[in-house]
Amino acid sequence: MLRKSPPADALTSSAGTGRLPLRARLRRDWQLLAMTVPAVGLLIVFHYVPTLGNVIAFQDYSPYDGITGSPWVGFYNFQWLLSDPEFWTALRNTVTITAFQLVFYFPVPIALAILLDSVLSRRLRLFIQGVVYMPHFFSWVLVVALFQQILGGAGLLAQTLRQAGHEPWNVMTNPDAFIVLVTAQSVWKDAGWGTIIFLAALAAINTNLYEAAAVDGASRWRRLWHITLPGLRPVILLLLILRLGDALNVGFEQFFLQRDAVGAEAAEVLDTFVYWRTLMTGAWSYGAAAGLFKGLVGLILIVVANKVAHRFGEQGIYKRS
Amino acid sequence: MTTRPVWQERPTVFGLTLKTVVLTLIVLAMVYPIYVVVLTSLSTARTVTEAGGLVTLPGELSLDAYRELFGGGVVTRAVLVSTGVTVVGTVLSLGLTIFAAYGLSRPGSVLHRPLLFLFLLTFLFTPGMIPSYLIVRELGLIDSYWSLILPTAVSAFNLVVMRAFFMNIPGEVLDSARIDGASDFRILWRIVLPMSKGVTAVIGLFYAVGYWNAFFNAVLYINDNGKWPLQLILRQYVQQGMNLVPNQRAVDTVAGYALPPNLAIKMAIIVVALVPVLLIYPFVQRHFTKGVIIGAVKG
Repeated sequence: MLRKSPPADALTSSAGTGRLPLRARLRRDWQLLAMTVPAVGLLIVFHYVPTLGNVIAFQDYSPYDGITGSPWVGFYNFQWLLSDPEFWTALRNTVTITAFQLVFYFPVPIALAILLDSVLSRRLRLFIQGVVYMPHFFSWVLVVALFQQILGGAGLLAQTLRQAGHEPWNVMTNPDAFIVLVTAQSVWKDAGWGTIIFLAALAAINTNLYEAAAVDGASRWRRLWHITLPGLRPVILLLLILRLGDALNVGFEQFFLQRDAVGAEAAEVLDTFVYWRTLMTGAWSYGAAAGLFKGLVGLILIVVANKVAHRFGEQGIYKRS
Repeated sequence: MTTRPVWQERPTVFGLTLKTVVLTLIVLAMVYPIYVVVLTSLSTARTVTEAGGLVTLPGELSLDAYRELFGGGVVTRAVLVSTGVTVVGTVLSLGLTIFAAYGLSRPGSVLHRPLLFLFLLTFLFTPGMIPSYLIVRELGLIDSYWSLILPTAVSAFNLVVMRAFFMNIPGEVLDSARIDGASDFRILWRIVLPMSKGVTAVIGLFYAVGYWNAFFNAVLYINDNGKWPLQLILRQYVQQGMNLVPNQRAVDTVAGYALPPNLAIKMAIIVVALVPVLLIYPFVQRHFTKGVIIGAVKG
C-alpha cells in the first residue's frame, strides 16, 4: 500500500493534537475508529434505539400498526399506572427490600472483609477468599435451586426435621419470611465478592498507624474504631451512595424465579411487574410506561446520589468535568 | 505463614476460637450444599431411598444419572446450546470489547470523547424491558440464538475496566511503535494484548459466566423449548420439580442398568450447570488483583 509518511509528531497521539487539522487526525486515527465502530453499532441498536422506543409509553401501541401508526394517548398510561394497586404493591416491595438489605446485607461484606484481613496466614486467607467469591459466579437459577434443596419443603432441612420427628417447616414458600430469604440468598451469593473492594481499602491503610496506636496502648477494638473504620469510610460512603442511586433495582431473576412459590403480594418487584403485566397480557405501552417510570426515577436517584457524593467530597460514579 | 507484627497483642484463646468457628461456618455454608448436591447426583437409587432424600454420607456410588442426562435428549441438547452460546458469545464479546477499549484509550484521538460518552451514559439509564424486547422482535431474532448474544454482547462496564487498564500502558511505548510504522491493529496484537493477559482473562470470565448463566434473555426471547439453554432446563426440572424420567419407567431397566432416581438426575442437572464455572474459576481467580477489581468497582 502506497502511503505518504506523515511527519513523526503527527503519529504520536500523546503529543499536542489540538493543532492538527481534522483531516490529518482522521488519517492518523482511522484504525482506532474502525476498532470502535462495531461495539458502538451494537450499543446504538440495543441500547439507544430501545431508549427512543420508550415513546410507546405515550401511545396505545400495537405491534401491527408500529410506532408510526399507533395512536398517541399522552399520559394516559402513567395515570393508569399510578392508579393501579398492583403497581404500588410492586413499588412498595421494591423499596422495602432495598431498605431491608441496606441494613442486613450492606454491612456483611465490610465485617467479612475485616475478619478476613485479620487472618494472618496468607495461604489460608487466599483459600477462604477463593471459596467466598465463588457463588458470585453462580446463576440465580442455580442459587435458588440450591436453597430449595437445602431449605425447601422436600429439602435437606425438612428431611432432617422430619426424621427427627419434628414438623417440617418450609421457608421457601412463606410470604412473611420472603424478605429474609432473599436477603440470605443475596448474602450467600454476593457478600463474599463484595469484600474485594473493602479488602483493597484495608490493604491501603498505613500499618504505622496501627503500630503507633498499639504502642500508645490502644486496644484491638479501639484500633478498629479509630483507624480501620475511618480508613474504610470513603469506600463505605461511595458504595452506600451507589446503592441508594440504585434503589429501584433489586434484581430481576431472583424474584421472577420465586414469585410463584410465595405469591405476588410479597414477591412482586418493579421488574417482575413489568414482565407479568406486559408480556403476559400484551399491554405493551403500559409496560413501557412502568419501565420508563423506573428508568427515570433511577436516573434522578443516581444524579442526586452523585450530588451527595460530591458534597461529601467523594468521587461518585462520575466526576464533575 | 506471615508472622504477627511485634506490636500486635497475642489473641485470646476465646477470640481465636471464635474466629476459627465463624470462618469455618462461612466456608461450610458455601461448600456443604454443593457437596450434598454432588454426592446425591452420584448416588444409586438405594442410597437415595435409604437417606430419605438428599444424601449426606457417601453410600453406593454410580454415574447412572449422568449417563441418563448425556444419553441424548433434553439436557444433552441444552448443554450443547449453552456451550455454543457461551463460546461464540465470549469470543465475540471479548473481541469487540478489546477493540473498542483500545480504540477509545488513546488520548486525543478523533471522536473518542463523544463515543466514550455514549458508553458511559448507559450507566445512568436503562431502556427497559419492553422496548428492548420489541427491538429484538423487530430484528427477527426471536427464537434465534443470536438473541442470547447480541443484546448483551458489549458490556460498557467491562469496556471501561479494560480501557482503564490500557490507559495505564505508558504512551511512549505505543508512540514509538507508531513511529516505527506499526499499525494500530499490530500494536494492539503485539504490544498491548501481551501486556494485558490478566485483565483479558478476568473480562473473558465475566463474559463467559454471563453467557453460561444467561436466563432471563432466554425466557424473553426463546419460546421454542427445543432451543432452551441449560438454565431454563434447570429451572423447569429442578426448581419447578418436573420429572425428566417418567415415573412408570423408573421400574424398568434400560440398557442393563437400573434407572437412576429422579432426585439424582435433578442434582446431576445442577452439577452440570455448576461444573464449568468451578473448572474455569481457579485459573482466573489469581487475576482478581487489586487493579482490575478496583477499576471495576469504580467504573
